[in-house]
Amino acid sequence: MRCDFADSLLQGYFDGELSGRRATEFERHLQHCVDCAVELVDLDLLSGRLQVARLYEAAPASLRKKIRADLHPVAPTTAMSQPLLWHWLAAAAALLLLAIAGWRVSPSLRTDDYQAELAEEIVDAHVHSLQPGHLTSISSNDEQDVKGWFRGKLTFALPVLDFANDGFALQGGRLDVVEERSVAVLVYASTGHLINVFVWPTQGRDTSPQVGSRQGYQWVDWRKGRIEFCVVSDAPTADLQQLQRLFTR
Amino acid sequence: MNDLGPEDRLRFEQLVLPHVDNAFNLARWLLRSRADAEDVAQEALLRACRFFRGFHGGDARAWLLQIVRNTCYTWLEKNRPMELSVEFDEELHLQTCPTPETIAITGDERERLTRALETLPPRFREVLILRELEGCSYKEIAAITSIPIGTVMSSLSRARRQLYSALTNSSQGACP
Repeated sequence: MRCDFADSLLQGYFDGELSGRRATEFERHLQHCVDCAVELVDLDLLSGRLQVARLYEAAPASLRKKIRADLHPVAPTTAMSQPLLWHWLAAAAALLLLAIAGWRVSPSLRTDDYQAELAEEIVDAHVHSLQPGHLTSISSNDEQDVKGWFRGKLTFALPVLDFANDGFALQGGRLDVVEERSVAVLVYASTGHLINVFVWPTQGRDTSPQVGSRQGYQWVDWRKGRIEFCVVSDAPTADLQQLQRLFTR
Repeated sequence: MNDLGPEDRLRFEQLVLPHVDNAFNLARWLLRSRADAEDVAQEALLRACRFFRGFHGGDARAWLLQIVRNTCYTWLEKNRPMELSVEFDEELHLQTCPTPETIAITGDERERLTRALETLPPRFREVLILRELEGCSYKEIAAITSIPIGTVMSSLSRARRQLYSALTNSSQGACP
């Protein structure tokens, strides 16, 4: 027979939602109620199964694309059939405002379409990686472990470096997809911020670091020796630039 | 969505867009379909954008999830009204019994849990998803689902019990 407390206090106790006084009260009850004690273990087992099974379903890229398109509609072609001056004027004013906002937020996004698209995808990938279970496929602070995990998975030499002494502790790595190509990602932690470093081979010439921000995240992108790096995080840009210098020193 | 000015749009991108995964996950579990979830989550985001000016700070995730939930229920009422009236879906429940095809995959724990979760009525399924997958507090669940905190607790209790029994039935072969 189930105990009267099973539907109320037991759940609250299990979920850590009882006040201290009521929790103590329930613990006293637990000492002589075998049913509740057993059910508590069952709840824990069930919860454990739900956690381990990775049931969380992240949004597909197609949904993000649609939302982005909704947010940034291109000028509708049907406007041609209603050539009202006001429509054009309104559209021009809106574009001007957007341009001003864009200029103010991230000057480096302004002229470079490549950077803008890249930043969008990288920030999406960064946000996605923060979901439970998505951050690292190899979780280790050991350079050799992480390097070993990437062995055979990449077509270029990935520099796996731990900068714990400089305040950027290696957390591990994973493979991710950015602009429909597979990229390597190294993960660092720095004073409470998680940093993703996306790394992939490129044909482009070396570039000096470009910085920008989007949706509250900062990024620094550069190319060196036929490899492109893009660092992204909610950490301050100065921190990301410091990490960039560590990579290129 | 073009009624938001550039400033509001930027704020929307910063506050609301980081929760797109949460929106999709809740919709997927409420509608039991990724394809429907994608459509409904997009609709919910559009609605969120339209009413964004009415959002005055606070928990953006809870605010968005509330909109997602309401959009899901409206969609269910229109497209699958039966699902909302059934207390414990016996028909679906039976579907979780092993057929030759499902036996081949019963080794897959994720599949088994998914099927069991999908047998629960939406109102129980949602509290479980919010608690176990989203890690919401009772207070957040109450805000998202518009039910009193006491009801959150009893719903969770019933949801867990039903899930537990669905899992036990499917693994013990208590089927015709």
